[in-house]
Amino acid sequence: MNRREFLKTGAIGLGGLVGIKGKAYPCETKEFYGMLVDTTLCIGCRSCEKACSEVNHLPAPNLGDDKPRQTSIDAFTVVNKFKIDNQEIFVKKQCMHCNQPACASACLVKAMFKTKEGPVIWRGNKCLGCRYCMIACPFDIPKFEYNSLNPKIRKCEFCFERLKKGEKPGCVDACPMEALIFGTRRELIEIAKERIYKNPDKYVHHIYGEREAGGCGWLYLASVPFEKLGFPENVGETPYPEYTKEFLYSVALIFLLWPSFLIGLHKALKKEDEGD
Amino acid sequence: MKEIKRFILFFISELKPKGRLLTPFNIITTPIILLGIALIIYRFTNGLGAISEGGSQDFPWGLLIGFNVVTGVALAGGGYIIPFIVYVLGLKKYRPMVRSAILTALLGYIFYAFAVLLDLGRPWHIFNPIIGNSFGISSILFIFVWVLVLYITCLFAEFLPAITEWLGNERFRKFAKKLVVGAVIFAITLSTISQAGVGALFLLAPTKLHPLWYSNITIFFFISSIFSGLSVVIIIDSISHKVFKDQAYNFGELIIGLGKAACLTMFVYLSLKLIDIAHSRHWQYFQSPMGHLYLVELIGFILFPMVMFTEGVRRKVMGLIKLAAFITVIGVILNRLNVTMIAFKWYLPHHFPGWMECVISLTIILIQIWAFRWIVNRMPILREHKWENE
Repeated sequence: MNRREFLKTGAIGLGGLVGIKGKAYPCETKEFYGMLVDTTLCIGCRSCEKACSEVNHLPAPNLGDDKPRQTSIDAFTVVNKFKIDNQEIFVKKQCMHCNQPACASACLVKAMFKTKEGPVIWRGNKCLGCRYCMIACPFDIPKFEYNSLNPKIRKCEFCFERLKKGEKPGCVDACPMEALIFGTRRELIEIAKERIYKNPDKYVHHIYGEREAGGCGWLYLASVPFEKLGFPENVGETPYPEYTKEFLYSVALIFLLWPSFLIGLHKALKKEDEGD
Repeated sequence: MKEIKRFILFFISELKPKGRLLTPFNIITTPIILLGIALIIYRFTNGLGAISEGGSQDFPWGLLIGFNVVTGVALAGGGYIIPFIVYVLGLKKYRPMVRSAILTALLGYIFYAFAVLLDLGRPWHIFNPIIGNSFGISSILFIFVWVLVLYITCLFAEFLPAITEWLGNERFRKFAKKLVVGAVIFAITLSTISQAGVGALFLLAPTKLHPLWYSNITIFFFISSIFSGLSVVIIIDSISHKVFKDQAYNFGELIIGLGKAACLTMFVYLSLKLIDIAHSRHWQYFQSPMGHLYLVELIGFILFPMVMFTEGVRRKVMGLIKLAAFITVIGVILNRLNVTMIAFKWYLPHHFPGWMECVISLTIILIQIWAFRWIVNRMPILREHKWENE
């Protein structure tokens, strides 16, 4: 061990001691990761569902059943079939990994957490199980294990553990049609816009998730309007934390103004009383 | 040491029931409470799903949150209105009702915390928002939990004089008296935030809560808490007259003033609702079933009791004021249940909460009433005490 190596090991060891990551994530980025889903390419094979269940140790999905489904505590992603004008369109559904997630801004203990890499994860060592995240999520994604004594909030976490190891999420590797593209959000929006530009008749001119709820990590392209594909249409473009900002500011204001106003009132009326 | 021993002996002697045991109320409520306690044990051994059919993936909050917490907070509004009238405005004639109002709110808030505890999936993490490094400061629920804790503390401080009088400790009583006005002022501030904050919890559900209820929910929750609190005080007065015949101070004509105040705030509420509907162009919804429900709320449970209050106050008919208060309270309950359950995801089919959930919810309220009765029978709450020199 030469002097340089010694210093390096020392520095990493010290970093570890004080809690600084000695080694950066292999996937470190200054941008959020995301996924582009091109529904025109999806053939509904549901390989992504199968891969998701394997990666997350969930029961294998019943691939024979093609009734419309919701994500659940043991299916973090589902592919639903929509029949529109004699055309079958398949839409994958999972957590949208919003840029400013409603669930995370609802959570009182930061159990729902937007990582700097993009995935929105759930941290069991903090969660109270109050289910406010489920009230807040505009896509109704977080699911609660009602029948467990140690209930967890279950949802797609964008395979955060795999991402940290430098691997891609389970679903994207399984897709045989390249209907899923993994990348940084900025790259994906560029790809999506290019596709719309080059095939103006094939796609509706809208990238779902680009602005919805303030922007999502998962982006969708489709050949028919999104509201026909089960996407909530009234989500709006406002980031969810905006809805509560006004109230949170007024809390501080009430704390400043109310006591002084009340004390003043109390004093003023007391004097009058004594004057009588 | 001697003091502590004396206190423990005194406390044990006070634990014994006073009065007749086999009253109709006891006979009806005891089995319900026992069943409820059994169900609570069942909930903790089998998971939340075992008791809550209403609580599901689509409707995460069932009766315990929707009724016991959100509705209960509104009904405890008297806990800040009456102290405001007595201590801040200095209207001393309302002093006889201040302690029962504070006690109602104190017990109310303690039991909401209990209901929340039963409803939490992972209650062993209950202290995470209070201590530790996981403060979700951007969360309204975080603010709400802190306000809840501080408010219970303040209400306890406001209630301390009654406890000291029960214990018969004069020095302690003098100390407790000094705390009251400060506690009241802090408590009113906290209460404003908690009343509005319960509504603000739903600000994050703009697509899920029906627009008629969603718009300006925080302001309406706060204003309705005023007339709801006043009405509850009127009702508690009329009930305790019958139940605690031996000690109830006769509020008599005092409730006329409360009725007047309730009527005025209801007028403000109704006017703001109309402005709100016009401003957000919500007229279209009145052709839908939810719109009709909203009209029932506004006409049947705001306008109608408002007229009754006016008549009752003008002609000094106590019965009419009490009836109006009763209808108002029903209306507030309807409003809160609409927000939390009925108009929440109105576009999905709703299920009635399961019977077990209902029994547990009722049990919490009944235990609260038992605790109220236990305290009123021992401490100077309703009976005449030294309020003249307060």
